[in-house]
Amino acid sequence: MEGHITCVICPVGCKVSVRKEGVQYTIEGNRCARGEEYARNELMMPKRILTTSIGVSNGTLPLVSVKTPRPIDRARIKEIMKEIKNLSIAAPVAVGDTVVEDIDGEGTPLLATRAVSCNGGREKTTLPT
Amino acid sequence: MLKREKTDVLVIGGGAAGMACALSAAKEGVYVTLLERESSVGGVLNQCIHNGFGLQFYHQELTGPEFASRLIDDMNMENVKIISQSYVRDIDVRKRVAQVLSPDGAYEIQAGALVISTGARERPFGSLLIPGDRPAGVMPAGVAQRYVNLENRIPARKAMILGSGDIGLIMARRLTLEGVEVVSVLERMSYPGGLTRNIVQCLEDFDIPLHLSTTVTGISGDGRLRSVEISKVDENFTPVPGTSRTIDVDALILSAGLLPQVEDFSDDLEVDPMNRGFLVSNTCESSTEGVFAAGNNVAIFDLVDYVAAEGWIAGRHAALFSRGVNTSGDRVPVFRGKNISVLVPGIVDMEEHLRLYIRLRKPMEKGVVVLKELKIEKKFSYGVPSEMIQLVVNRDKLQPLMNYGKLTVEVQ
Repeated sequence: MEGHITCVICPVGCKVSVRKEGVQYTIEGNRCARGEEYARNELMMPKRILTTSIGVSNGTLPLVSVKTPRPIDRARIKEIMKEIKNLSIAAPVAVGDTVVEDIDGEGTPLLATRAVSCNGGREKTTLPT
Repeated sequence: MLKREKTDVLVIGGGAAGMACALSAAKEGVYVTLLERESSVGGVLNQCIHNGFGLQFYHQELTGPEFASRLIDDMNMENVKIISQSYVRDIDVRKRVAQVLSPDGAYEIQAGALVISTGARERPFGSLLIPGDRPAGVMPAGVAQRYVNLENRIPARKAMILGSGDIGLIMARRLTLEGVEVVSVLERMSYPGGLTRNIVQCLEDFDIPLHLSTTVTGISGDGRLRSVEISKVDENFTPVPGTSRTIDVDALILSAGLLPQVEDFSDDLEVDPMNRGFLVSNTCESSTEGVFAAGNNVAIFDLVDYVAAEGWIAGRHAALFSRGVNTSGDRVPVFRGKNISVLVPGIVDMEEHLRLYIRLRKPMEKGVVVLKELKIEKKFSYGVPSEMIQLVVNRDKLQPLMNYGKLTVEVQ
């Protein structure tokens, strides 16, 4: 495992290089200890908080914004997005509502970050055929 | 029927600054009316669904909608009347009387104090002077963000982003996540406009190239955008001959910066030519007594936390003014020394703590902010124009300014 990483812990943005020699990692280019930890995590398994939106039925808005409350495996975000695209939930939604119990197979939920109220039942009206 | 109403504090604009302002004014025990043009308050926070907000104001990392909902919940506990989908048809700034239209009728509102929190607009495409056609598919990043995050409309299949400000970078990631192919991000400067964190997490994570010293020099498309011509530019932003190439895209997303929204009031209130926003004191009062301004219509802030904090101060002073409490003291003007572009405030009032917000003209590896007459210095390293430098001086330490009659701020 080897590579170069831009540390984003602070505005300096150190270019950190990581090399593996046997069982030892050599981390160079970081100007502080936080950079070393960051580089190690980025190489082993980079994680990101995912924020996106999902469809709402019968709501005053067509979408509700959602987030994972903790970072998830970056490598899986693409496939998770495909799954999210097919989802929708029914209004009303409150901030903090669990939209999906486990989005990454590691127990990370998807939580609503905005409230969406019901659209006064307008969508339930059936039109004459 | 025209409804004639009186309110203590009238706040125009329900974004982060306006909501924080309405909340803090209400907490002072006065009656507050908040005007919002959209059907719900929140402003641009509603469409900024990414995280990274609130670390200073709430000491917790939040998404934009979560930040807004905190303020909304708190406002609902207080005496704030929100008139949504409203439009200020006319306003007499000096008399503080507003003519307002809304779905529940027309109002004439007489206010004890007025707060203008109208935020900012995106720099329009027309101001960039790019030659070529004017097809559909060219849009500012905030408009694209609104389409994707609020209206459930994806405005592109294959997009290029012009400008590497944070909104552009955030949209590069957002469009990619929604299945749009983002070809590249262009930046005419030789360094990126946005935060390193966003370069890494929005571009590098998705292998989106960033081309520095590069800009769009031509646009073609009949009806819909078909292709753009891009070129390398020199340090004066002049295209370098022989470097142009044509790239097929159906959308060009502009992240060319924000402009404070001042034009409806600029006849009455003084505007700082460098900030391009209302000239205010550290009590957030404009050049007209009893009229306050806060947020991105004063200067473009880098953090919503600063915008909310300034709104909070404006609300308190507006509330006190409306009750006839004189909270302002002696005042001196602030002068901009070298290496500074944005500088807030323009006037120091001795009765309030001084919160200085500074933007550098260019990136500086090392530097020191000097408050000359106060003999205060603050060192910094790795300063960039995209990140403001904030300095707070306790009001007890401001008295020396009275001997000089001014404050000079410079960066060495």
